[in-house]
Amino acid sequence: MTQKFKTSITRRHFGALLGAGAATLAMPAYLRAQGRPRVVVVGGGPGGATAARYIAKDSNGEIDVTLIDANETFTTCFFSNLYLGDFQSFDDITHNWDQLVANHGITKITAYATGVDRAAKTVTLDNGDTVEYDRLVLSPGIDIVYDSVPGYSEEVSEIAPHAWRAGRQTQILKEKLDALEDGQHIVMVAPPNPYRCPPGPYERVSMFAHVLKRKGFENSRIYVIDPKEAFSKQALFEEGWARHYPGMVEWYGPDIHGGILNVDAKAGIVETDFDTFEGALLNIIPAQRAGAIAHEAGLTNEAGWVPIDPYTMRSQEDEEVYVLGDATVAGDMPKSGFSANSQAKVAAMNIRGDLTDANVFPARYANTCWSLIETDDGVKVGAQYQPTDEKIESVSSFISQTGESDELRKETYEESLGWYDGIIEDMFS
Amino acid sequence: MSRPRVSLPDTAEAGEIITIRALISHVMENGQRRDSSGETVPRQIIHRFTCAFNGEPVFACDLDTAIAANPYFEFTAKVPESGTFQFEWHDDDGSVYTDERTISVG
Repeated sequence: MTQKFKTSITRRHFGALLGAGAATLAMPAYLRAQGRPRVVVVGGGPGGATAARYIAKDSNGEIDVTLIDANETFTTCFFSNLYLGDFQSFDDITHNWDQLVANHGITKITAYATGVDRAAKTVTLDNGDTVEYDRLVLSPGIDIVYDSVPGYSEEVSEIAPHAWRAGRQTQILKEKLDALEDGQHIVMVAPPNPYRCPPGPYERVSMFAHVLKRKGFENSRIYVIDPKEAFSKQALFEEGWARHYPGMVEWYGPDIHGGILNVDAKAGIVETDFDTFEGALLNIIPAQRAGAIAHEAGLTNEAGWVPIDPYTMRSQEDEEVYVLGDATVAGDMPKSGFSANSQAKVAAMNIRGDLTDANVFPARYANTCWSLIETDDGVKVGAQYQPTDEKIESVSSFISQTGESDELRKETYEESLGWYDGIIEDMFS
Repeated sequence: MSRPRVSLPDTAEAGEIITIRALISHVMENGQRRDSSGETVPRQIIHRFTCAFNGEPVFACDLDTAIAANPYFEFTAKVPESGTFQFEWHDDDGSVYTDERTISVG
């Protein structure tokens, strides 16, 4: 973390020496706005922050960039499982947009974007303001479909957290995990496809198990009630659970549990057709859909996600609106921070092409999802992608193998730490 | 440590064929694995599962070391009358885990 910070300071100093570009940025906002094309980015995560940064940085002040996010800080959902397992602190995974504003002349508005008028090309904010755009980038992430799990609601999530959007929810989950005593159980209800971070629930199970094992709890169990018949990196996780946490994790697919009938968070039970599971900690991860503004803007399909043009990340409904990350139907690409960051660079390039005379090159996308199973036991899955007329298509992929050496697994974990520092710099510096 | 779970209907018609599902939480240690200090972890599996109805055998099965953790059985049985299904899981360490469920026919 220290090293990352130092690098950022170096870049800021470099930015101050930019001369003409920097002088332009030093002008008052209302002057800058005259005549310059305006890009508004909603959502400051791996999609939005990256897009804002690349558009501002690479256009050398030719494009006016405004970033709208309701929060003052951003806690990454990626690596939040490592916070649960005590491999990262909450501060380690919490960042802000201050350097993005200082280094690239981006305007940050702290407000919740409530709607889009695509005819007038404006975004409405919850403080009553409207912001005009020439190109709009929506990177709203996911909304939780609370009622997809019987008995679950936003209110119940205070007791039985989903923690599938990082922040206070993650802290509630951590507090409950740390308060468990030996013999008390954890019940996780896993989400149906498609959802943010396919291996995430199972990495989280691993981190739960890591904490219980470290405390010497021999009588606590982790029950996973899954609506899916199979899950990401299943062989790797099952091998790791048997190796590191024998007997602790019990995974139930739909052909065994027969369906989730009810969650009673106060009583600490999850009722299934097969049996009733009791836990002092319930982690309920419901179905998901694109963040609310994508629906408000009228860009979503029947399943609740945004179809995009695979070549550019433009919405299929409106070529002046680009949509990034978890909210989209991105073909073979999973919903991940890495994917959103990769898509953001394609969108940024196309937006600069739309609004300035910048060159536009054929899109290439990439993703890797790392997961930590136990200390120094990291695994990964990933791919390279190209657009086709139908979808963003995987052209080559890789996945960790069962039975790999301890050295390789440690290398894989260390690679993930390097990636984290890299993407944070790519988003926020 | 090991907890059996059984699912079957509470009631049935006379002669009805019902589905019974039975699962036990068990590590099914196959005796091939080594622990972190390189020592072989001794075999400990559920090696036999039985189901009886009012004392009459309904279903029985011997398990071997290739069976994964938390063995799960699903089978059907014809229910002639009201009574009790008895289930037994036999562990290598000599313990026998049991569960039972009553069903009323009417």
